Amino acid sequence: MNMRFYRTTMKEEGNSANRPSNTAFTQQRLPAWQPMLSAGVVIPGFLLIGLAFIGIGVGLLITSRSIQVLELDYTGTETSSPCYQCTMSNQSNCVCKLSFSIGTLFKGPVFFYYGLTNYFQNQRKYGVSKDFNQLIGDVSYFKSPSSDCQPYQRVNGKPIVPCGAIANSMFNDTFKLYQIINGKEELVPFDGKGIAWWTDYNIKYRNPDYTPLKNAFNDTEKPVFWTKPAYELDTSDASNNGFINQDFLVWMRRAALPNFRKLYRRITEGNYKDGLPAGNYSLEISYNYPVISFEGTKKVTFSNVSWMGGQNEFLGIAYLVIGSMCVVMSVVMLIVYAKFRFPEED
Amino acid sequence: MRGVDEEKVKANNAIRTSKYNIFTFLPLNLFEQFRRLANAYFLFLLILQMIPQVSSLSWFTTAVPLAIVLSITAAKDASDDINRHKCDKQVNNREVEVLIDGELKKEKWMDVQVGDIIKLENNEFVTADLLLLSSSEPLNLVYVETPPNNCLDKFKGTLTVNGQAYSLDNDRVLLRGCTLRNTEWCFGLVLFGGPDTKLMQNCGKTVFKRTSIDHLMNILVLAIFGFLATMCAILSICNAIWEANEGSAFTMFLPREPGVSGSLSSFLTFWSYVIVLNTVVPISLYVSVEIIRLGNSFFIDWDRKMYYPKNNTPAQARTTTLNEELGQIKYIFSDKTGTLTQNIMTFNKCSINGKAYGKQLGERVVDFSWNQLADSKFIFHDHSLVETVREGNPEAHAFFRLLALCHTVMPEEKKEGELIYQAQSPDEGALVTAARNFGFVFRSRTPESITVIEMGRKVVYELVAVLDFNNIRKRMSVIVRSPKGKTTLYCKGADTIIYERLHPSCSNLMKVTTDHLNMYAGDGLRTLVLAFKNLEENYMEEWRKRHNEASTAMEGREERLEELYEEIEKDMTLLGATAVEDKLQDGVPQTIEQLAKADIKIWVLTGDKQETAENIGYSCNILREEMNEVFIVAANTAGGVRRELQVNFDICHWSFFSHAFRSARRKMCPDAAEEPSVIKARAGLFWLKKTETVQDEKVNGEYAMLINGHSLAFALEEDLELELLRTVCMCQTVICCRVTPLQKAQVVQLVKKYKQAVTLAIGDGANDVSMIKAAHIGVGISGQEGMQAVLSSDFSFAQFRYLERLLLVHGRWSYLRMCKFLRYFFYKNFTFTFVHFWYAFFCGFSAQTVYDEWFITLYNTVYTSLPVLALSLFDQDVNDRWSFQHPQLYAPGQQNLYFSKKAFVNLTVLSCYSSLVLFFVPWAAIHDTVRDDGKDIADYQSFALFAQTCLLIVVSIQMCLDTYHWTAVNNLFIWGSLAAYFAVTFTMYSNGIFVILPSAFPFVGQNTLNLPNVWLTIVLTSLLCILPVVAYRFISMQIRPTINDKVRHRARKELPPTPSLRRPVRRVSTRRSGYAFSHSKGYGDLVTSQRFLMMRPVKSQAMQFSHIAPTES
Repeated sequence: MNMRFYRTTMKEEGNSANRPSNTAFTQQRLPAWQPMLSAGVVIPGFLLIGLAFIGIGVGLLITSRSIQVLELDYTGTETSSPCYQCTMSNQSNCVCKLSFSIGTLFKGPVFFYYGLTNYFQNQRKYGVSKDFNQLIGDVSYFKSPSSDCQPYQRVNGKPIVPCGAIANSMFNDTFKLYQIINGKEELVPFDGKGIAWWTDYNIKYRNPDYTPLKNAFNDTEKPVFWTKPAYELDTSDASNNGFINQDFLVWMRRAALPNFRKLYRRITEGNYKDGLPAGNYSLEISYNYPVISFEGTKKVTFSNVSWMGGQNEFLGIAYLVIGSMCVVMSVVMLIVYAKFRFPEED
Repeated sequence: MRGVDEEKVKANNAIRTSKYNIFTFLPLNLFEQFRRLANAYFLFLLILQMIPQVSSLSWFTTAVPLAIVLSITAAKDASDDINRHKCDKQVNNREVEVLIDGELKKEKWMDVQVGDIIKLENNEFVTADLLLLSSSEPLNLVYVETPPNNCLDKFKGTLTVNGQAYSLDNDRVLLRGCTLRNTEWCFGLVLFGGPDTKLMQNCGKTVFKRTSIDHLMNILVLAIFGFLATMCAILSICNAIWEANEGSAFTMFLPREPGVSGSLSSFLTFWSYVIVLNTVVPISLYVSVEIIRLGNSFFIDWDRKMYYPKNNTPAQARTTTLNEELGQIKYIFSDKTGTLTQNIMTFNKCSINGKAYGKQLGERVVDFSWNQLADSKFIFHDHSLVETVREGNPEAHAFFRLLALCHTVMPEEKKEGELIYQAQSPDEGALVTAARNFGFVFRSRTPESITVIEMGRKVVYELVAVLDFNNIRKRMSVIVRSPKGKTTLYCKGADTIIYERLHPSCSNLMKVTTDHLNMYAGDGLRTLVLAFKNLEENYMEEWRKRHNEASTAMEGREERLEELYEEIEKDMTLLGATAVEDKLQDGVPQTIEQLAKADIKIWVLTGDKQETAENIGYSCNILREEMNEVFIVAANTAGGVRRELQVNFDICHWSFFSHAFRSARRKMCPDAAEEPSVIKARAGLFWLKKTETVQDEKVNGEYAMLINGHSLAFALEEDLELELLRTVCMCQTVICCRVTPLQKAQVVQLVKKYKQAVTLAIGDGANDVSMIKAAHIGVGISGQEGMQAVLSSDFSFAQFRYLERLLLVHGRWSYLRMCKFLRYFFYKNFTFTFVHFWYAFFCGFSAQTVYDEWFITLYNTVYTSLPVLALSLFDQDVNDRWSFQHPQLYAPGQQNLYFSKKAFVNLTVLSCYSSLVLFFVPWAAIHDTVRDDGKDIADYQSFALFAQTCLLIVVSIQMCLDTYHWTAVNNLFIWGSLAAYFAVTFTMYSNGIFVILPSAFPFVGQNTLNLPNVWLTIVLTSLLCILPVVAYRFISMQIRPTINDKVRHRARKELPPTPSLRRPVRRVSTRRSGYAFSHSKGYGDLVTSQRFLMMRPVKSQAMQFSHIAPTES
C-alpha cells in the first residue's frame, strides 16, 4: 500500500511540477459568510433599532432634565450688571457681587464652573505655545524654553517659566460664594482638591525637585500677565503649588471648542454636603480677566451630575428623532418590499 | 575566425536587462519613485512640514506613511530586478560553439564577439544577430521560430569578400531571440551582439499598458488636487476674515508673531491647510492598487482550473497591472489557428468511388502494424478501408497514390524508416500521412522524381510538372510518369472547382460524392475532392513543350501558364473526397457561447482563407445557422492590375465598399441614419485628449460579417474606416480572413479608437504579436511551440477555454474588488479629511487638526489599510460556479458601472454627509457636558479621542457593509484593526510612553472612553452614518434589482449549480463545406527548383533562402 502510494505521488510530481497547489486559499475557496441586506433582516432591524433608540432617548431626556443647572453671566457688558463697573479701564482688584436665589434644594454634590465664550483655546498657535519639558519639572528647560513659546519665551532677556501663551493667559478671576441667611453672609466652602485630571496632576505636570521650590526658579521670570510667580500659586499647600496647582492644570488642559467651561470648585463640605439649600446667595467675584476686547463673555455655572454626566439634551433628542425616523423608515421599506418584493420574483 | 592574439575589445554579446546593482539601487530607485507625482507631492509636503511657520502637523505624519509606501515599492522593484539579474546571468552563461583558430570551441554567450563564426544546432536559441552562412538543410533553408517583433524586418548591409561586394538583406540574417527548428545545424557570422541586437534594440520600446481605471484615477487625483486647493483657499480666505474680525482682538492672549500680518497669516494658513488636508490626496493609493493587482495576479497564477496538465502549463499573469480591465472586456480579437483550433489536422473520413469510410461509433482503432513505415500517431477508426486497400481495390489504390504524389511536402529521413514530413500546411501533412499509413508511403523526392513505397514495393515516378496551387485555381495537380511509362495527372482541390472539370461520365459518382461532401460539411470537416486523368504520350509531349515555352516567357507568363493548366485539367475522372478535421481546442464552442452571453463581441482575425475561416466559424459557434445573414465582403484583386488604372481602381473599390457596407447596414437596421453618430468628447488629463466614439446601433436580428484582407486594406483607409466600423459593429460576429499581422493590429486600433471599449487580443503565433500589443490586453496561448505571442502577452495560458475563467471569474472579481477598493478608499480618506474642514470653522481657521497626530499617521497605514486590502483580495459577489451560470454578471464591468466619475461624485457626497455627522454629533454631544465626577470632557484631547473613535468605527462598519464575502481573513483584519486601534491608542495615551517622550506623546489618559454617553454618541454617529446607506441600498435593491442582486439572492438559497459536462451541440448543416487547403502559392516552384538539394552553397546565391517556416498559411 505504502509502495503504491509512493509511486503514484512520484509520478504525479514528475508530470505536473508546475501544477498550482490545491488549497482553499490559492483556489479562492476560503469558507465565507455571505450576508445580504434581505428584507427579513433589514425591516425588523430598523424597527428594533428605532424602538430601542426611542427608549434610550426617553431615558436620556428624563435623566438630562433631572439635572439642575444654574448659569450666571457676569461679563458686565450691560450697565445693569453688577460687574459693569469692573469692565471700566484700569480697574485693578475690582470685586463685584452677583446675587441670586435658589428655589428648591440644588442637590449635591454641586459643581461650580467658570465659562468663557468666543475664546479660542483651540487655536493652533495657542495650543502649541507651551513647553512640556518645563512642565514636567526639567529645570534645564527653565533656562532655555522651547521656541514654541514665542512670544512668551523670554522677557527682559530672562526666560519665562512656565512659558507660552496658554500659561500666560491663565484664568485669574476668583470666586467666593455666600449664602445669605437672615441677612448674614455665610461662606459656602469650596473644595478645590482633585478637580484636575489624575494624569495631569500625577504624570504630566511635575514640580522640580527643589526645596524650597522658589530656588528652581532663580533667574527666571513669571509669565507677563501673572501677578505672582508659579511657586506662589498656593503657598499654603505644597501639593497644590507650582505646576501642580489644580487651577493651573485645569486651565492648561485646553478646550476643544471656543465656548467652554472649566471646573472651578466642588461644593461637598459642611452644611452643603447634600447640595445648596433653597435660599438667597451672593457670589463675590474678583474680576480680573478681560474678555470684552474680543467680544467674549464670562459666566459661572452650578450643576449637579447624573450617571451620564452633566446636562446635555442633545443626545436624548437625537435618539428620539433618529429612533422615530428608523421606525418610519421600516414602515416605508415594508411598503416598498410589499410592492416590489424583488427576491420572490425570479 | 577568431585569433588568439586578436583580443581587441570588441562589442561582446553580454546583455543586461536589469536596472540596478547593489550600489545604485537606493539612489536610482528613490529617484525613480520621486518622479511619480504622488510621491513627489508627499516629499513636498514633508518639506512644508519642516517650515515652523507653516507646519500644522509634525513631520512624522507624512514621513511614516511615505517611508512605508516607498519601502513597499522598493521591495517590489528589488525583487523584480533580482529576477532580471538571474535571468541575465542564465542567458549570458549559455554555451555555444564558436569557431576559434579553425576549431569549434564552447564559449559562453557573453564572450561571443562580433565577427565570430558560430555553429548552432537544432532547437538552440540564436545567440546573436547572425549572417547565415550555411545550414544542414536543402537550399540552406533554416527553419526558425520568429522573434516577437514586426519591426525587425529591415536589414541592409554589404559584405565585402576579396574586394567583391555582396549586398545583404533580411533574408540572410538570423536574429537573436529566434529558435532554430528542424535544422540540424547552421553556421553564422555574428553581426550584432548583446545590446546591439535587434531584439534588445526593440525590447526597450514596449508600450507600457495602463488600464482605464488608471486613467480615471489620474484624472481624479488631479481633480482632488484642485479640490484641495479650493478647500485651502476657502479656509485661508476665512482665516483672513477671522484674523481681521476676531483674531486681531484676541491678540491679547495670542499675540501675532512679529512681522506676521493678517494677510501673511492667511497665506501661511493656506499652506498649513495643505498639510492638514493632505489626506484627501491618497498617499497609499497607488501602492495599494499595485498590491491588489499583484495579489489578484497571483490568484490567476495559482488557479488549478487554468492549469493544463498535458503540457504542465499553468496560467500566468505576465503583466500584473491590468487585472481589473479583464472584467471590462467588450471586444475579443482572436486568432484562429492554434488558438481556436489546435493546428492539428486529422484525416477523419473519406469517400472513395462513392463509398464513405470513416469513424463508426464504437469501432476500435485500426492497427497499422502490417505497415512498417506507418506513422504510429495516426489514428483511424474504419477497418473496412484497410481491408479494401489490402484487397487491392484499384480505386482505393489510385486514391492513396494521388495523396502520396500530389503535394509539396518535403520528406526527411534521418534514420532508416523514420520519416518526417515537412508540410507547408497541416492539411497536406495529414493527407500524405494518411496515404503513408494506408500503404502508399511518400519516401523521397528530387526535382524530377518522387519515390513512393506502394504496398511495400518501391516505385519511382518521374515528375513531369507541378501545376501549382493558387487562390483562384483552388486546386493543385501533378503530372507524373510511372515506371511503366503511363502518364497521369493527379488533381486535388475544392469541390466546386473540380466538379466543373470532370468528365460527364462521372455524373453518377458526383451525386453520391456530393451527398458525402454535404455530410462532411455538416460535421465541420474540411474537404477536398480528388480526381485524375490519364494522358496520352503524344499530347503530353506537345503540352510539355508549350509548358516549357510558357514558363520561360518574359511576358504574360502567368496568363499563359494559366491557360495551359486550364487546358489540361479537364475531363478528369472523380476518385473521391477527403475530409480533414481541423481540430478545435477543447471547449471552444462552449467558451464562445458563454462569452457571447456576457455580451462580449468576438472577432476572429486569421491569416486563413475565407472558406477555412468560415468553416471554423461555424464549428466553433461564432457563426450560426440561425443567423439572419452572413455578409461576405471579399473583393479579390485580380493580379496584374496596371499601374495607370490604380486611381480608377481605388475609386471603384471605394464605391464598392461603401455600397457594400451601406446595403449591409440597411438590411440589419433599416432606419439607421446614413451618417454615423459620433460623439466627440475630450478626456484625459486636462481634457487634452480628443475622443470620438461611435455609438452602438440597435440591430434587428443576428448578423455576421466576413471580410477578407484585401477588402480590409481598403476599408481601413481614412475615409472608409468609420463606415467599416459602424457596419461591423452591428454584427454579432466578425471574421476577418487573409489578414496580415499589421492589419490585425490596425483592426484592433480602429476599435480602440472609435469605440472607447476595452479590447482583448488572443493568439499564439508570431503573427499575432502586433495585435496582442495593440490591444488593451494581450493573451498568449502558451502552446506546444512558439513563445513569441506569450512573450509579448500580458496573460498566458495553454487553452483557449481558460479565457472564460480568466474573464468571467478572475476579471470580474478583479474589477469588482478594484472598484470596491477605490470607492471605499476615497470614502474613508475624504470623510477623514472633511472633518478637519468643518472643525476649521470652530478653531479660527488656524489649521488645528481634529485628531491627534499619531492617529493621523496611522489611520491610513495601519488602522484602515488591512481590512480594505482583505476586501480587495478576497471579496466575491458570487462564487465561480454562479459566475459561469450567469455570464450576464459580466455586464457592469463593460458599462463601467462600479467606478466612474458618477460613482466618485456619489461617494464624495456620502463622505461629505458622513463627515458632517462625524463632526457635529460629537460636537453637540460634548458641548458643555461633563463626566460623572464633574470634570469637563470638552477639552481638546478628549474631543480628539472621541471624534477619531467615532470615525474609525464608522469607516469600519462601512467596510463591513461593503464586504460581500466574509472570510476568516476579513474578520481577522477588521476586528484586528479595531483592536489594534484601541491597543495603540491606550499605549500611546499611557503614562509610561509620555514619560519617555513627552513632546511626541502629549496626550495622556483615556478619560473619555469610559463614559456611557460617549459610547451612546458613538452608537448614534455610527447608525446615523450607516442606516441611510443601508436603507438606500435595500430600497434600490427592491425597486431596481441588478442582475448581481438577483444572482446573489439565488446563491443564498440554492446550492451552486454543479459544473455540468456541457456537450457540444451537433450542428445540422446545409452548408457546402469549406475545402481543406490552407496553402500558399509558390511551393510548387520550390520543390521543382533546380537548386533543390544542392548541398554546396554557390557564393551568396545559396544563402538567400533563410526562410521562416510557416506556422500558418
